[in-house]
Amino acid sequence: MSNATGKSHPQLAAVFNQDEPRVDWHDETLWWIRQKRDVQAHKLPEWELLRETASQIKNNVLSNLSTYLEQFEANAINNGVIVHWAADAKEHNQIVHQLLQERGINRMVKSKSMLTEECHLNEYLKEQGIDVIDSDLGERIVQLANEPPSHIVLPCIHKKKEEIGDIFHEHLGSAKGESDPKILTETARQHLREVFLTRRAALTGVNFAIAETGEFVICTNEGNADMGAHLAEIHIASMGIEKIIPERKHLGVFLRLLTRSATGQPITTYSSHYKKPQEDTAIHIIIVDNGRSIQLGREDFRNSLKCIRCGACMNTCPVYRKSGGHSYHTAVAGPIGSILAPNLDMKKYADLPFASTLCGSCSNVCPVKIDIHDQLYKWRQVIVKEGYSPASKTIAMKAMAFTLSSPGLYRSGGKMGRLVFKYAPFAVNNGLNPWYKHREMPKAPEESFGEWYSKRKEGKQ
Amino acid sequence: MKVALFVPCYVDQFYPKAAIATLELLEKLGVEVHYPKNQTCCGQPMANSGYEHLTAGCNNLFVDNFSGYDYIVCPSGSCTLHIKEHLHSPEKEEQAVDIRKRVYELTEFLIDVLQVKELKSHFPYKVGLHQSCHGLRGLRISQMSELVAPAFSKPAQLLDMVQGLELVPLSRQDDCCGFGGTFCVVEEAVSSKMGKDRVEDHIEHGAQYITSADLSCLMHMEGILRRQKSDVKVIHVAEILNHSHE
Repeated sequence: MSNATGKSHPQLAAVFNQDEPRVDWHDETLWWIRQKRDVQAHKLPEWELLRETASQIKNNVLSNLSTYLEQFEANAINNGVIVHWAADAKEHNQIVHQLLQERGINRMVKSKSMLTEECHLNEYLKEQGIDVIDSDLGERIVQLANEPPSHIVLPCIHKKKEEIGDIFHEHLGSAKGESDPKILTETARQHLREVFLTRRAALTGVNFAIAETGEFVICTNEGNADMGAHLAEIHIASMGIEKIIPERKHLGVFLRLLTRSATGQPITTYSSHYKKPQEDTAIHIIIVDNGRSIQLGREDFRNSLKCIRCGACMNTCPVYRKSGGHSYHTAVAGPIGSILAPNLDMKKYADLPFASTLCGSCSNVCPVKIDIHDQLYKWRQVIVKEGYSPASKTIAMKAMAFTLSSPGLYRSGGKMGRLVFKYAPFAVNNGLNPWYKHREMPKAPEESFGEWYSKRKEGKQ
Repeated sequence: MKVALFVPCYVDQFYPKAAIATLELLEKLGVEVHYPKNQTCCGQPMANSGYEHLTAGCNNLFVDNFSGYDYIVCPSGSCTLHIKEHLHSPEKEEQAVDIRKRVYELTEFLIDVLQVKELKSHFPYKVGLHQSCHGLRGLRISQMSELVAPAFSKPAQLLDMVQGLELVPLSRQDDCCGFGGTFCVVEEAVSSKMGKDRVEDHIEHGAQYITSADLSCLMHMEGILRRQKSDVKVIHVAEILNHSHE
């Protein structure tokens, strides 16, 4: 579904901006969440220390990842859990399919997992004739709308309640024109209750996997992961290799940060620990790499793997707020997505590191202190060097660098019509100047500062 | 104290008044200011576009022009930050490192180095202060709203010394204006929407002037204000601080 159109972030963002009241609504909704986050953060005087602690724990994890993963695997096996390793998305999807096939299961309930979005699991299983129902309310809404999530924590944040009412009317039989969130939620609850009771298999994501104990923790506000997992005979938990934390005592640091950063709640409604399967049921964990070990090997970008998927960088990002998650044409949108995606496909996602003003707000709300905006800058250098920048831009940049390296050329260029107009930052892309669409050009003064200064100096002599 | 004035290329070409005000203000405060006349650009337009490898010429020129001063002062947070973070010169790396330590944005120079406590300026208007992202989160000339840390603002501290000036509050004290260098053309739709919303915040709160320690943000917002035929004007913070009774 993502990027089926092949359009870039600026193109998709321009489409999103055709409806300005919707942009305002989207921007204000996310800014409201950012403000809720600020209120919660400011209630904890130790907030910055918490962030630093979380960052250090994750640094330790990334430096010793293989050791912790093996420790986790051994402990999980001891607990009676079955562990699988998947090198990429394809292998992950095949493992899930095989587990279902072995049991003759063709319907599964799934709670929110961005990893399965990244792996396009739903599409894959559909092709195999397996029906997947997402049980997270927001996720279910976008699934019914046949869209990918636009936000990692708030999958249907781009939809207004009236639009959700229309979707529920069409698919779940709610009254036409009904948009009361309470009634719509009850409609979804009734529909999902039947799903929970009848599905023999449940798939969940993993928020934290504890090496010390082999247990894993899933955080949801709706309890939907628990409903699915407890009622099914097989629980499949998919996790990226970076979800490890060393010890149980570290969990508190992350749980305190996660939801305060994500939605401005002091804690998630349900933080559920899974350790041993119940009698006559099975727990399978699939540990997935899918490009993560490549990212781990990129020194400048490895600490993007510290991410705990809270979405705070999206809520604060002015570009995300004003362009919408779908403009990023990747499973994980926003600033964090823009530093993760080029690792998976540099050509396809060459536009994303440029979808930022490098304002730095993301890096400073990040609960694990990922230097997101610095990595965006660094990805730009890599993308240009690898040849994924438009040739016209390279020519303009070379001309500009040449002129600016010579005081003589700079001065005469300035006189000829204010050099900055000619090259940057306004007109590097094409002859039609996009600046002018919504903005007047600066008025060129009669003389530059340099010219004024020379005259003043002469006057003084 | 020997101070070099670093005037960014677009300030030199489009906003000479801000550079003149910076020079006059520093001289009023008793500083001996030199203007190395062969200066051009810090290289940021290329670097932020992914072409940092093309900035060697700019970097060497910068090192040649600005070596040997006690301080280098610049009326732009963004260009100052670029020099601080990215000035390198394989042949003269020692000098480059030295420059990176000595370069200051104007308001931080006034507060931290000159320790200005009072000014004889007068500006009887309602003013909105735009925090430029690079000055704010890069140079930390003010405290950003993201952190749980004590509030401060060097530009606001200076503006408070100006007679008659009233700083207006804003709904979003440090949201980005959307300029972002080449971002303003590559991402035209989002960029201009960000600029419109920033400007709107200042207008709603009754600002007659929008000021900032960074002219690139002001250039962007001015483009939007003029398109809207607004009476609200932009003015660099140096021009306010240098503004006296007429």
